[in-house]
This record gives sequence, C-alpha cells and structure tokens, in this order.
Amino acid sequence: MMQDYSQDYKSILEAYAQAGGTPSIFKNQNIAHLIINKNKVIGSRSIDGLILMPEETAYGVDIELKVEKGKKIEYPIYLCFGVLPKEGIQEINIKAKIEDGAKIQLLAHCVFPNAINVVHRMNAEIEVGDNAYYGYDEVHFHGEHGGIEVVPKAKINVGKNSHLVTNFSLLKGRVGILDLDYVVEILENSTLDMTAKIYGYGDDRIKIREAGYLTGKSSRGLIKSRIAVKDYAQSEVISELTASAPYARGHVDCIEIIQGNAQAKAVPIVNVTNEYAKVTHEAAIGSVDKKQIETLMARGLEKEKAIDLVVSGMLK
Amino acid sequence: MEILRLENISLKLEGRQILKDLALSVEADTIHSILGSNAAGKSSLAYLIMGCSDYIAQSGSVYFMGKDITTLPIYERAKMGLTLAWQEPVRFEGLKVKDYIAVGMKERNNALIEEAIYRVLLEPKDYLNREVDKTLSGGERKRIELASVFAMKPKLAILDEPDSGIDILALDNIVNMIIELKKQGTTVLLITHREEVSEIADKTSLMCAGYIVKEGKPKEVGQYFKEKCIPCPTKTFSPEEKI
Repeated sequence: MMQDYSQDYKSILEAYAQAGGTPSIFKNQNIAHLIINKNKVIGSRSIDGLILMPEETAYGVDIELKVEKGKKIEYPIYLCFGVLPKEGIQEINIKAKIEDGAKIQLLAHCVFPNAINVVHRMNAEIEVGDNAYYGYDEVHFHGEHGGIEVVPKAKINVGKNSHLVTNFSLLKGRVGILDLDYVVEILENSTLDMTAKIYGYGDDRIKIREAGYLTGKSSRGLIKSRIAVKDYAQSEVISELTASAPYARGHVDCIEIIQGNAQAKAVPIVNVTNEYAKVTHEAAIGSVDKKQIETLMARGLEKEKAIDLVVSGMLK
Repeated sequence: MEILRLENISLKLEGRQILKDLALSVEADTIHSILGSNAAGKSSLAYLIMGCSDYIAQSGSVYFMGKDITTLPIYERAKMGLTLAWQEPVRFEGLKVKDYIAVGMKERNNALIEEAIYRVLLEPKDYLNREVDKTLSGGERKRIELASVFAMKPKLAILDEPDSGIDILALDNIVNMIIELKKQGTTVLLITHREEVSEIADKTSLMCAGYIVKEGKPKEVGQYFKEKCIPCPTKTFSPEEKI
C-alpha cells in the first residue's frame, strides 16, 4: 500500500468529498482503492482476490485490474481520478478482467474542480467472464468554468449468465465537453443495464453513444439516459441496441429536458435480426411537462422551484 | 361566510364555449359538490379556479377569501390556501411519495405524511419510499394525490373526481377522508359525476353544458340529475331553461 499525505492527497480528498464521496473510506483496510492526481498515483490498496496494478505514464496512469476466479469482492473498489490544477491532460487506460464466477463493484469519482483547460480521457477494455458480475458507477464533479473535456470510452465483453451494470453521472458543475462512447456485447442469459445522467448548462456540449449488442440467447439489455440542458447547452444521445439472438430482449429509454436556448437530440437505434428477439424504445425530448409543473405550483411551489424539483428527480 | 365566488365566468377553448356566464358561491367549512355528466365543464371549472394556464377566463372574476384572484398565478393562489387534486395525477420520476406529499406542507411533518398516506388506505412502509412513477397504478397515484392535499391542510381543496379509478373498498375511505378534510377546517369543492358521492356534500351545484342549472340540497339535485340528465337529453342548453 502506498499512502501519500502530501497536500495533493489532502486536496484531492477535499474534491472527492465535494463530489459526494466519503474520504474516510480510504483508511479502511478491508477496502481496495486507487487515487490518482493527473499522472501520479497518490494512494492505492489492493485486497485478497483482487489484482490492482497502476503504472504511471507521461500523461496518466495505465491500470490492470483482475478479479480472480470465483472471488466475490465484498466491498466496492473506490477509485478517485482527478486533475487539481487548472490545466492538464489525464489519460487513464484500464484493462480489466473479471474471471468466471467473480463479482466486483467499482465506484469512481472523477474530480476536476479547477479545470480551465483540462482533458480527461479514459479508455477501458473489460472482459467479464461467465457467471460473473461487474458494476461500475462513475460520478463526475467539475468546477464552474466549463474548461474541461471528458472522453470516456469503454469496450466491454460479457460472458454467459453474467451481469453488467454501469451508471455514469455528471450533475455537479459544468460539463464542458463530454464525448462518451460505451460499447458492450453480452452473451447467453446475461444482462446489461447502462444508465447515463447529465445536467448541462452554459455552453456545455454533451455527446453520448451507448451501444449494446445482445448476441446471446435470452440476453437482456436496458440503455437509459436522463439529460437536462439549459442556457445554450447542447446534447446528442445515441442509444443503440442490437438483438441478434433468440429471445433476446432490450429496451432503450431516453428522456431529455431542455430549457432556455438549449438543444437536445436523441437517436434511438434498435436493430433486430432474429425473429424471436425484441427491442423497444421510448424517447421524449422537450420542456418540462406543463402538468407536472402546474401540479407542483398548485401545492405552492414557484415555477422555477417546480422545474428544479422535476429535473432533479429525473436526474436522481 | 363565503370563501369562493365566481361571477359571470365565461371560458372558451379552441373556439368552443366551455363555461357560459357561470356564477358560483361556496361557503367556508362546507363540502360543496359540482355534479354533472361528462363534458359538462366540471374539470374546466376546476382548472380555471386553480389558475391553470390553458384555462384563463375571457370574462368574469374569481374571488377567494374576498380577494380577486382572477389574474393571480397558480402558486400564489396555492399560497393563499387553494389547491387542486387532479383527476389524473401525473408521474414524477425520481420523486419519492413522501417528498411529493411534503411539497405542499408549510413545514415538513413526517407524522402527518404517514397519517396522510394511511388515510388513503396505503401502508406507509410500503409506499412512502417508492417513487411517484409508472410502477404505481392509476388508483395508487390517485390516492397519493389525495394524501398530498390532506397533508397540505389547505383552506379550499378542489377535488376533481376523487372517486374515479378507485375501487369500491377504497371509496369509503376516500369519502371519510373528504369528511375529515372538512373537520380539519378545509372547504371542499368536490367534482363528481356520481350522485351517491355528491350526497356527502352540504350543497350541490348541477352543471350542464357549461352552465350551473340547479343548486340545492344534494339529494334533491341528485334526484333531478338522475331523472333529467341520464341519459343526457340534449347536447346544448340555454340559460332560459335554467331552473
């Protein structure tokens, strides 16, 4: 275990707390974690059954992660990636293997509180074996300047009888520019559940592509996105689900709320190439529903507070 | 003492006359029912009183507690103590039942939230932490809507067909809750098309084709409604035929 009690460590934990994390978790000896500021690993701990190997590079950190066969990691793995200076580039490359019968939940907080000219790229290649579980929650905390570009990309292959759950949320601070691209393929009897929740304002630019390939018999997939944009922010959400196996079932669910001069676009793509498969989709874009607002106003809320309540509920 | 008065209210929507020179007076601390068939204009009247944006009167005035509220926005009417329970309540993704019920409360009171949900025959431990979303049936959302009005303790609650979509077993409880609302000092304007529900009122106004055509004791007006209005003999009605 490496622990660095330098100012960087303290500062990043402050940002971590602002993002909603609990800094004391990093002192827990039973819980694995990894803390990275720009291209420096400033804290890490692994535990039995988990191989967690970070390697610093010129612009970031390469991470190898492996959960051994049959090992069910009891507590989430806590990750904190951040860039504390106003400027900088951070590239995180993750290669993860969740072996057959293994189970892991990762909780990542990505913090860029001072970003004026920061680029954060994440490339993940993840292999999930058979009868396994992989859960990944990524929570972003950005400053108010909007000077951040976030480019998370992931390619995930999921074996048979396994489960994949990912949640991406960016609700605090300005988005800046977001270009997310997740592609997942799942095999027989496996499930995928991908959710993205983002709140953009100012001149934020949001681009999301989440694609799921249900190639195994009786596989199940849900791709869900909840986006709220206001001022001059723009969003484009491409949600793609392809079912090519018998009894594969999928659903795409996208809701975008716009206010002011914001623009939103949703492109649900549903492909079915097997007569016994089925994929459905629903997409709704528009201002906040008038009846919702009037209902809350009829209880005494002013219009702006009513809108905030509806939007925050949707993004919860 | 009068709590609500409408004078010469006319409402036109998409070229159709919905309400015509309508006058209404509601006494405080009473249950006043508005009875009528479908398309009589009952719900439109409810939305107009509440101040909903699509239901602005072309002429006439609305007075609440002696104050002219004709041009007041919805939330200001609500802050004065006026509220509406919708016939078909909306869903709120991500908003918990307990938080929805609390929206109208001046100060959050968890005991009152529990009481409110209990009174509509929903078990608090099963419902308070659920979301007001599509996982709730229409009947459940309806009851939660009534619970939110109960918890608000308004001066005047407009209940738009609180009996629709409610099963027989729950109907008695809904009726009891309406009576309890009156006991706690809330005047109730009860919109319904069922004369047996209307009978809990102190006074009934019968609406037809945008007019109030008869007012009086609930049984008397209900009897008239049964005899003359079911089935509806005419699609139009003129003021001269008012009784």
